Amino acid sequence: MFRQLRTALRAGIVTEPAPPGPGPLDLEALGAELRREIRRRFGRSLHIRQVDAGSCNGCELEISGLTGPHYDLERFGLHFVASPRHADCLLVTGPVTLNMAEALRRTYHATPDPKIVVAVGDCGRDAGIYRGSYAVVGGVGDVIPVDAVIPGCPPSPRDLLAGLLGLLGRAG
Amino acid sequence: MEGVLVGLLQVVLAAAGAPLVTGLLRTLKARLAGRRGPSPLQPYADLRKLLAKDAVVSTTTSWIFRATPWVLVASMLAAALVVPLVVSRPGLAFAGNIILVMYLFMLGTFFLALAGLDAGSAFGGMGSSREVAVAALAEPTVILAVFALALRAGTINLGGIVEHLRTQPHLAVNPGHLLAFAAFFIVMIAETGRLPVDNPATHLELTMIHEAMVLEYSGHYLALVEWAGSMKLLLFLALLANLFFPMGVPDRVALLPLLLGLLALASKLLVLVGALALIETSVAKLRLFRVPELLAGSFALAVLSVTSVFLLR
Amino acid sequence: MAAVGYLLAAALGLGGAALGVAGALGHAWTVRLPALLPLGGLELTMDPLGGLFLALVGAAAVPASIYALGYARGDARGLLAYVLFLAAMGVVPLAANALTFLLAWELMSLASYALVLHDRRAHESVSAAWVYAVMTHAGLACLLAGMLLLGAWTGSFAFADWRAAAPGLAPAARNAAFLLLGLGFAAKAGIIPLHVWLPLAHPAAPSHVSALMSGVMIKLGVYGLLRAGLDWLGGGPPWWGVVVMLAGAVSAVVGVLYALVDHDLKRLLAFHSIENVGIILIGIGAGLVFRAAGLPDLAVLGLAAGLYHTLNHAAFKALLFLGAGAVLHATGTRNMEEMGGLVKRMPWTAAGFLVGSAAIAALPPLNGFVSEWLTFQALLQNLRLVHAGLNLVFAVGLAGLALTAGLALACFVKAFGITFLALPRSVAAAEAHEADGPMRAGMGLLALACAALGLGPSVVLPVLGRVAAPLARASVVPTFGDWLTLRISGDFASLSMPAVAAALAAAAALPLAVLTLAGAGRRRRGYETWGCGRLVQTARMEYTATAFANPFKRVFDFFYRPVKQLDIEVHPESRLFVERIAYENPTRSIFDDWLYRPVLDAIHRGARRMRAIQSGSANLYLMYILAALLVLLVLA
Repeated sequence: MFRQLRTALRAGIVTEPAPPGPGPLDLEALGAELRREIRRRFGRSLHIRQVDAGSCNGCELEISGLTGPHYDLERFGLHFVASPRHADCLLVTGPVTLNMAEALRRTYHATPDPKIVVAVGDCGRDAGIYRGSYAVVGGVGDVIPVDAVIPGCPPSPRDLLAGLLGLLGRAG
Repeated sequence: MEGVLVGLLQVVLAAAGAPLVTGLLRTLKARLAGRRGPSPLQPYADLRKLLAKDAVVSTTTSWIFRATPWVLVASMLAAALVVPLVVSRPGLAFAGNIILVMYLFMLGTFFLALAGLDAGSAFGGMGSSREVAVAALAEPTVILAVFALALRAGTINLGGIVEHLRTQPHLAVNPGHLLAFAAFFIVMIAETGRLPVDNPATHLELTMIHEAMVLEYSGHYLALVEWAGSMKLLLFLALLANLFFPMGVPDRVALLPLLLGLLALASKLLVLVGALALIETSVAKLRLFRVPELLAGSFALAVLSVTSVFLLR
Repeated sequence: MAAVGYLLAAALGLGGAALGVAGALGHAWTVRLPALLPLGGLELTMDPLGGLFLALVGAAAVPASIYALGYARGDARGLLAYVLFLAAMGVVPLAANALTFLLAWELMSLASYALVLHDRRAHESVSAAWVYAVMTHAGLACLLAGMLLLGAWTGSFAFADWRAAAPGLAPAARNAAFLLLGLGFAAKAGIIPLHVWLPLAHPAAPSHVSALMSGVMIKLGVYGLLRAGLDWLGGGPPWWGVVVMLAGAVSAVVGVLYALVDHDLKRLLAFHSIENVGIILIGIGAGLVFRAAGLPDLAVLGLAAGLYHTLNHAAFKALLFLGAGAVLHATGTRNMEEMGGLVKRMPWTAAGFLVGSAAIAALPPLNGFVSEWLTFQALLQNLRLVHAGLNLVFAVGLAGLALTAGLALACFVKAFGITFLALPRSVAAAEAHEADGPMRAGMGLLALACAALGLGPSVVLPVLGRVAAPLARASVVPTFGDWLTLRISGDFASLSMPAVAAALAAAAALPLAVLTLAGAGRRRRGYETWGCGRLVQTARMEYTATAFANPFKRVFDFFYRPVKQLDIEVHPESRLFVERIAYENPTRSIFDDWLYRPVLDAIHRGARRMRAIQSGSANLYLMYILAALLVLLVLA
């Protein structure tokens, strides 16, 4: 316990400053009115449920970096939760596979309104390199309505953070 | 009239201050882990947002599920009328003692556990079963720690304990008294679902205790459940602070003593929250079937504390 | 015909309750009919203690009889036994000599035996009734022995004479009488390890009878203990109280532990009766110790706490048994694993059962909380005893009571949650129907009683104090505060149930009003239970009662000694194809294995040996009689 305290005192805070501007963020589907609404409702508190709809787990690896000391998304009032019931935002990765399409749809309905859906990665956008595969339905937008896309293969934690903050109007 | 005012003050303090305590704990934990962490005021933003959201309620559930958040909040607010937060005998101090407070907490646990079963999900049932198991095993420690306090104070009324022990500042270094404090501290950890008994930040259903019961809640129901949870933490910490170290808790209801009492409470809470944050960052969650051993350990501490009074008198 | 009978029984109960309340308030009288019976004749005396228990019998009979109007329609044979059972229970607390007492006691046992046997074709009922008959008569034998000894030592069978002569008896004689009578009454009260009949007999009887057996009949064992220990024998050394308290603590913990792993709804309730009698005895044991230590005000507190819990347990346990009866009636099963979802099909029964569950789990503001709180206060005050050994016994009592309270909470989360919530686990549960009018009325009355006893301790407790004061030899009845607040021993502790209830109501109503006005929660949408995206939710996915109890089974495995039996049948071609898996994880009773089994084996062995002298020849038997007669004559 004391070692923990010593380490904490010696190392201090290692969190990096917030990304300077909006990262690669695709807000095509979102009107200006809706963006203001999101800012108003979720600007200070956004609870995220991450859904893996069939991804290669590359994006998950980057997403899990968000909670660590370097990127620390909690300082912005963003927080990962354990149930879609608690969530305001579904962070969906991967091409949606046939077997996960129904589960994704149910997760969407299980999330209380108002809610935001963010598709992550090139696969989330349009199934990426898996497009046309017999096992894949398509991008996230082919199954549930998507509000924003954070492209990349995979997007780095920095991109993810910048994208989410851009969505909330808190950066750039 | 004065009593009513103090009672209201306490309720407002508990209701309004509880999210801050939870937020502070999260911030301190983040800082100890080298993170910048959320602002201590973050829980207020979360609650405000949740209250404005819609709720999704499972069609499997009954009225029990919908009534539970209100029961939880009611039991915590009622407890806030009895627990000495800013004065030794608040408005409803005559209505009951620490045993009433513990049973009010159990009222909340009972309904929350039922709500966990109500949706028919295996997660909820698992959480309920574990929660009541931990609560049941913590109960003997609570009573014996209380008994140790009563033995030293000669009364079991909360106000009486505060007033008696305040005159004996040397108790702060009395080993028997500290043993009882340690026992009660462990109970607090178990009852409020903190590490190493339960991890409040876990996402893995199989390791959950408290969180598994509330997986189904959303919108304002979730806000109420979270709010009640933070009130429970605040009340437990206040009990630890003001019963075991009652220095600075005023009897009289006047502006200056009240302010001093508030200041004393705030500083004591800060110390306790700091200790809790340090513990939470340095220990890992215990396996579920190790938890009874921890609770047995706390029980042994309480027994030692009680016997020390008998043997040394 | 049967309906008229049950209505009459309800009226009889009402009359008995009124008479009993008058008696408890101090209205004493005596009835003597010397010609009716030998050995002192039939003699009844009303005193506060007897009045209290008569009131209990009468008050519990009213809702049970009303419930029976719906539940036991057209059961004429059961009716006769039922009325006899009620009448006998009413006479027991008033009996003023040994013969009257024993006759009423035995009539009560026989009538309840007949009621346990009401389903004569079920093997389960027959064996339950058999165990009940054996245990109750073993108890009777102890009672008989104790009473005969007391009669021989005092030269009379009137209780008044025992009372007068008791102080003059040798300590050893008093101890022997206390132990014998105590054992006899403990068998009726279901104290561990004499509890084995309870979980068999209660489920076998019809539910309104189970309610009375559990709510009232076993309490007459408590009555007997109080009567014998404190009235006939006039109190004793502190170790009497220690024995009673420890027996109570063990019964409470063991009872609730067995209840946790039992998933037969009525058997679970029966195990809880063992637990609650244990709680009652913890209070009474504290009273006995305080009385022996010369602290009459605390003795009154301990006894009053025990008596209060006696009343409360009668109210909530009767309610729970009636609720379980309604569930049994609706689904045809007592197995909780086949229930679920009944809160939607049977809302009234569910509400009643919830009130009973919250009361037995000692949740404020209901009645179970008040009496457990009082018991805690009585125990905590042992700091006024200056004797480290006794203090530690009280600490054991405290810890035992606290553990019991926690485990009871867990058990009733299971009992209510698995039975009434989530999806139905069987077709029978899915098609259950609500109980009919009289059954709902019976449950409603008891739910009201639970609330009233919870809110009105400042009315009830002084009466109990007056009942307990003569037993505790307290010259003045201690005061218990005013109409609003109970105050225990000055500033030691206080409790105001009306204030607690009002605070809870206000604390629920205020946020509700504020949030509703602020517009929160206006929109609500129904959707399936969250299951990580799985396609269908079925009852098979729900947590079962067995799973719910599993943490306790693992924590207390030294007590349950569970056995794992895993039986896998595989396909003959390949062991990778599993055809059937059977898994069982039963617990083993330490009382059966370590106490009853050896005793029964010894009896069997003895009986086999005795067979040698049993040849079947009548001449030989006549010779035995002659020999026995000669021996007796020589001894005389």
